[in-house]
Amino acid sequence: MTRYMLLRLADAIPTIWLVLTLVFIAMRILPGDPAIAALGDAALPEQLADFRAKMGLDVPLWQQYFNFLYGTLSLDFGKSYMNGTPVLSLIARNLPYTIELTIAAMIIGVVVGIPLGVMAAVNRDKLPDTGVRIFSLVGYAIPDFYLGALFLIVFALNLGWFPINGAGDGFLDRVHHIILPAVTLALVKAAFIGRLTRTSLLEVLGRDYIRTARAKGAREPRVIYRHGLRNALLPLTTGLGLSLLATLSGSVAIELVFNRPGIGRMLIQSMTERDYGVIQGGVVVLALLVVLINLLMDLVYIVVDPRIRVK
Amino acid sequence: MTEAPVLVHAQPTAAAIRPLLKVEKLSVEFGPKASPIRVVNGVSFEVDAGGSVGIVGESGSGKSITSLAVMGLIPSPPGRIVEGRVEFEGTNLLELQKSRLPDIRGRDIAMIFQEPMSSLNPVMTIGDQIGEAIKLHEKMSREQRRERIVELLKLVGIPNPEGRLGAYPHQFSGGMRQRVMIAMAVACNPKLLIADEPTTALDVTIQAQVLELMHKVRRTLNTSILLISHDLGVIADVCERVVVMYAGRVVEEADVKSIFRTPSHPYTRGLLQSIPRLNDERTRLYQIPGSVPLAGTVKKGCPFVARCPDRIGRCAEEMPPMFAVSKSQRAACWVTAGAAAAASLGINEGATA
Amino acid sequence: MSTVIQPSSLSPDVDNTIAPEPGFRAALMHMIFGRKSTVFALAVMLIFIVVAVLAPWISPYDPLAQSFLSINKPPSAAHWLGTDQFGRDVLSRMIHGSRNSLLFGLISPALAAIFGTALGVTAGYFGGAVDRVISRLIDLLLAFPELLLAIMIAAVLGGAFWNIIAVITVAFIPGFARVARASTLAVKQEPYVEAAVAVGLRTPTIIIRHIIPNIAAPIVVLMTLWVASAIRLEASLSFLGIGTRAPNPSWGNIIRDGLNNLFGSPWPIIAAGFAITCVVLSFNLFGDAVRDVLDPETAE
Repeated sequence: MTRYMLLRLADAIPTIWLVLTLVFIAMRILPGDPAIAALGDAALPEQLADFRAKMGLDVPLWQQYFNFLYGTLSLDFGKSYMNGTPVLSLIARNLPYTIELTIAAMIIGVVVGIPLGVMAAVNRDKLPDTGVRIFSLVGYAIPDFYLGALFLIVFALNLGWFPINGAGDGFLDRVHHIILPAVTLALVKAAFIGRLTRTSLLEVLGRDYIRTARAKGAREPRVIYRHGLRNALLPLTTGLGLSLLATLSGSVAIELVFNRPGIGRMLIQSMTERDYGVIQGGVVVLALLVVLINLLMDLVYIVVDPRIRVK
Repeated sequence: MTEAPVLVHAQPTAAAIRPLLKVEKLSVEFGPKASPIRVVNGVSFEVDAGGSVGIVGESGSGKSITSLAVMGLIPSPPGRIVEGRVEFEGTNLLELQKSRLPDIRGRDIAMIFQEPMSSLNPVMTIGDQIGEAIKLHEKMSREQRRERIVELLKLVGIPNPEGRLGAYPHQFSGGMRQRVMIAMAVACNPKLLIADEPTTALDVTIQAQVLELMHKVRRTLNTSILLISHDLGVIADVCERVVVMYAGRVVEEADVKSIFRTPSHPYTRGLLQSIPRLNDERTRLYQIPGSVPLAGTVKKGCPFVARCPDRIGRCAEEMPPMFAVSKSQRAACWVTAGAAAAASLGINEGATA
Repeated sequence: MSTVIQPSSLSPDVDNTIAPEPGFRAALMHMIFGRKSTVFALAVMLIFIVVAVLAPWISPYDPLAQSFLSINKPPSAAHWLGTDQFGRDVLSRMIHGSRNSLLFGLISPALAAIFGTALGVTAGYFGGAVDRVISRLIDLLLAFPELLLAIMIAAVLGGAFWNIIAVITVAFIPGFARVARASTLAVKQEPYVEAAVAVGLRTPTIIIRHIIPNIAAPIVVLMTLWVASAIRLEASLSFLGIGTRAPNPSWGNIIRDGLNNLFGSPWPIIAAGFAITCVVLSFNLFGDAVRDVLDPETAE
């Protein structure tokens, strides 16, 4: 098991290298001079040279590449082209909000989605199943930012139950601020998780060992949760990982809807300002998060599946 | 250990005189209610306390479904029991409240299945799986339970039982898994053990070991056995009585000796002829011509009629009842059993025909 | 194989062209009219496509015409869906916005199917180092959710029309490539491909005549399923301000503008979001139905 984990960890290294290289290539094939983009056409040559020197753009490309790799690995993501703020501090300021939102949404999504899926599977082709099917169809179709906007209009603007924007200060205030965005993301996730749970559970409930459990005298709840869901967890783990990734990407739009600080809003803002320093940092952080989540998923899989864990 | 004996030898009681399990006119249908397919059709048989009965038949004969019906494990939908009784110690299980069935399963009636590879939960240790069977029915401390699990594993011949408690099914071979299944099944000292093709998926040598183990279980725990198999040889090894099923019906029922010496139903005869024998001079094995009719396609008459060498006109028209051929043998055939029964009763056959 | 065996060598009454099985037409009809949900989906899709095509002729106002006299009006007889903060008619903007959704929704999956299939077939057919490089790249890209990938690429490239097409296409390519690669690996083992290799057909001929037609079904299924995703993706990108740019209308940026005008009028948001949901839902349902017919094994 340890060997497998180490192998998997070792495998992440070339992936990270590939991701960083792709980001670097993409950033450098951009048409136009980043210095001109940052300072405008009217900038003086000295200003441009000064800017390039400050941002490390005055050295040969291969050197920039190694500086970039080294910088990223030592958590130096460069500086904002606009105001010179280190991107790391921007990320440090914004990332907690994104993580907080993603985790809150995932928890609600799982807590709502899995029971829904179980209910649908157990009552296959009956009313609850149809209900869950419709819920998941709409959940697949409705854009999260639209759902968020609707919630904002109804619960924040008209009913006044929740704040309209920001992330709040202090624990209770933060919870108050996070409810609407988290529920928005979670509902869309719950549709996916519910459907997935239904499919995997139905598949598992047809297996021979479920019959064995019943033959032992286990009652239905035990059969379904202890034997069924526990085994359905294997395919679900993959699904939950995908769901976590989707929640992360969904948080970008949701941060914009609810005007919450976060990596997504930081990235979008830097895009409208054409601040390539921050864009690069944001893209790298998101990419690293994706690699990390995938890695985590694999490790969780090892824990859930004894066939991999115990050889 | 002395104050809490873990493996109790079942004591014969007054109830043991009655049949332990009595199945009467059991019928099971599958598919939509509008056009149901009858897979089990009026099946009756009995298992005495301490006795062992085998149900033999080709695949599609309904023997497995019959055993699942006894356990109340017919997958529903699409299956359902449409009529009959399944009496266990005098209680009709079919009328029992659904919520009470789990109390009987595993404690009074236990079952092992054909596929040892897939019948164990892949994500639970075998110790936990056997322990669950105990925990569901008996209150005992964690230590007691552990001790019992070890003892059970010892009984079924798993080497180093203490060391294997934390192992997962994928770490065992097929034969070992079937042993674990048996340990799990007898964990609560059930009165009846149903074994559905327990050796079919195993190698021949392992088969013999598992059958030996079933003998051992019977000897040590005094468990009655209902063995389902397509292999008359396997049944003869373990059972005292045999029920022959064909296309959802019981066609013959007898003690093992009679089945082998004086098979009555033409189908049973065919089955016996198709068993390979070491001292046999023939180069080709006998094969019953034709194949089992698809479930639900036989509307009237004897289901074996199309393949039967002895058929008469009546066979296609009317399903024969079970005729008593001798004291311990009954068969459903107009020609062989019907004639014999008529002769022994001194009735003129022409009068009944 | 048809190049080897002449039609004359077959008995004349055997039709050796691969005609659709007799059940295909019936299956198609059943697929369309068998379920109420599919009928609903087709109706919505039809309306959507007609509106998008006829947009300039059926939209009651110029979608860009501002009018300071009628700002943030609720729905009325003159403006069925009201007006936005610039006094523009929301219905007209919606009608014109549908064109973007249709355009992106159809072009990107089609392009992604072409590039993805090319990549996947190349990897699957040639194997070896080519396969390893392509597979590694596909795996890497597949690790990213499409939206995130699109955002990241758009962040780097910026959001002109063809950039957005490229962004969505790239986001979809790995999915197609994976399916195409897997199917190619399976088809490559088939006797008719081995026979084609044996009789000395050139590689491009084998790929075009024997591989592609036999892996088409899952690709087409994926394409129909991803029309919905593409429409959603375009809406998301436009909402984020990196897709269709103001003042040009798209359903995504109608919601974006609406959010900046929450206190003015909620109608643009409600209407545009409802349209996206309905159209995406319909294409999803349609995609499911197509999958059930063409690729029944993968259906639930």
